[in-house]
Amino acid sequence: MIEFLGEVVAWFADPAHWTGVNGIPNRLWEHIQITVLATSLAVLVAIPPAVVLGHRKRGGTFVVGAVNIFRAVPSFGIVVLALPITVALGLGFGFWPTFLALLFLAIPPMFTNTYTGVAGVDSDVVEAARGMGMTERQIMTGVEVPAASPIILAAVRVAAVQVVATATLGAIVAWGGLGRYIIDGFAIQDGVLVFAGALLVAGLALVTEVGMSYLERAIVPDSLQTAGNEVAGIAV
Amino acid sequence: MIGFFSWTWVFDHLDDIWNRTVEHLLLTVIAVTVGLFISFLLAAYVLRTRRAYGPVTLATGILYSIPSLALFAFLVPVTGLSILTAEIGLVSYTLLILVRNIVAGIDGVPGPVLEAAAGMGYTRRQMFFGVQLPLALPVIIAGLRIAAVTTIGLVTVTALIGLGGLGFFILRGLSLFVSPVGTTQIIVGTVMSVFLALAVDFALVGAQRLLTPWARSKEAV
Repeated sequence: MIEFLGEVVAWFADPAHWTGVNGIPNRLWEHIQITVLATSLAVLVAIPPAVVLGHRKRGGTFVVGAVNIFRAVPSFGIVVLALPITVALGLGFGFWPTFLALLFLAIPPMFTNTYTGVAGVDSDVVEAARGMGMTERQIMTGVEVPAASPIILAAVRVAAVQVVATATLGAIVAWGGLGRYIIDGFAIQDGVLVFAGALLVAGLALVTEVGMSYLERAIVPDSLQTAGNEVAGIAV
Repeated sequence: MIGFFSWTWVFDHLDDIWNRTVEHLLLTVIAVTVGLFISFLLAAYVLRTRRAYGPVTLATGILYSIPSLALFAFLVPVTGLSILTAEIGLVSYTLLILVRNIVAGIDGVPGPVLEAAAGMGYTRRQMFFGVQLPLALPVIIAGLRIAAVTTIGLVTVTALIGLGGLGFFILRGLSLFVSPVGTTQIIVGTVMSVFLALAVDFALVGAQRLLTPWARSKEAV
């Protein structure tokens, strides 16, 4: 075991693993890039309609039903299933099937949590805002979104961590990222490569989790700081 | 999409699909049962030693954040490409949700109810099994549903370490790519996994209704 860990350390110390396409910096950068792109696009696609629907309290039954179904969808299946779709669309292997799968998996939890958060804002508060002459748009952006911000941001954090995790699976549809080391390591039965890849992936996931928690604390109004802790995620 | 899907393959492999579904369910049941047992021990410890709640949530939270492929990869050098590797990984994902819901469920039992039970001469043991556990059951089962559904999704990933249940079809479909038979297997593996998760979720809702007839009016989500 000690010997094995020594080999892992030696792998990290090898300068050859720090340069080129298959080097750690490039794989890490690929992983971060696709995570940021997929999470940001999912935020743009999921949150505005969820705020509007939550404000009007329309489609609640659909939302609750959708939570259960989407939680049941295996991310491994979605990543692989995205491949025939992107190939049929002429987008090929690698980036696009991974990106499509990440988007598909990140949108539902953000949508449902935002909806639940906005719909759950105390109706007295909303009425008070209306009484003060705020327009519906002002109520959404000035009252409901800040009040629901702990839940919304917790959902974004959960989704971002999930995207980091699922991006690892992108390596099986010929994408890069840090999952490359694990999948290649399995293929050539190189335990050291597998383990090193796992360390990098786990590290990035934990950094994402911690980083997003700090972002949450910075954005959420002080009076609402502990409200978003109960958002359940999906392990990937 | 229809042209990509071969019903002939499905009808020729019904036995195969059934066997993999059973394997999938078995991997899930083992993981959730062991996870529930460990979570009860952790929750019991937390309920007695409040200071432990932070560290226990942190540790199980870290396990939960580690991507499954990485977790399996960590274990492969130690436990090999085995069912043990799969189960250790799967169990570790259930802990955060289960511990949190067990503790929240027991904590949610109203104080006056406990006092009434104590006044009636309930022992600590009777109190736990006769009052606290039944009243916490809706919250615990809510956690169990999330844990079970999550585990069913994660079982598919274990295909990469030689198991997989229905995930086996997803991986084999990928290796047969691009062919209608390959795509068919990917779809069958994914869709059957979703059906299995929904069926198990439904069964747990049913179990909750049977076990907690008094709670039917106020459903836990």
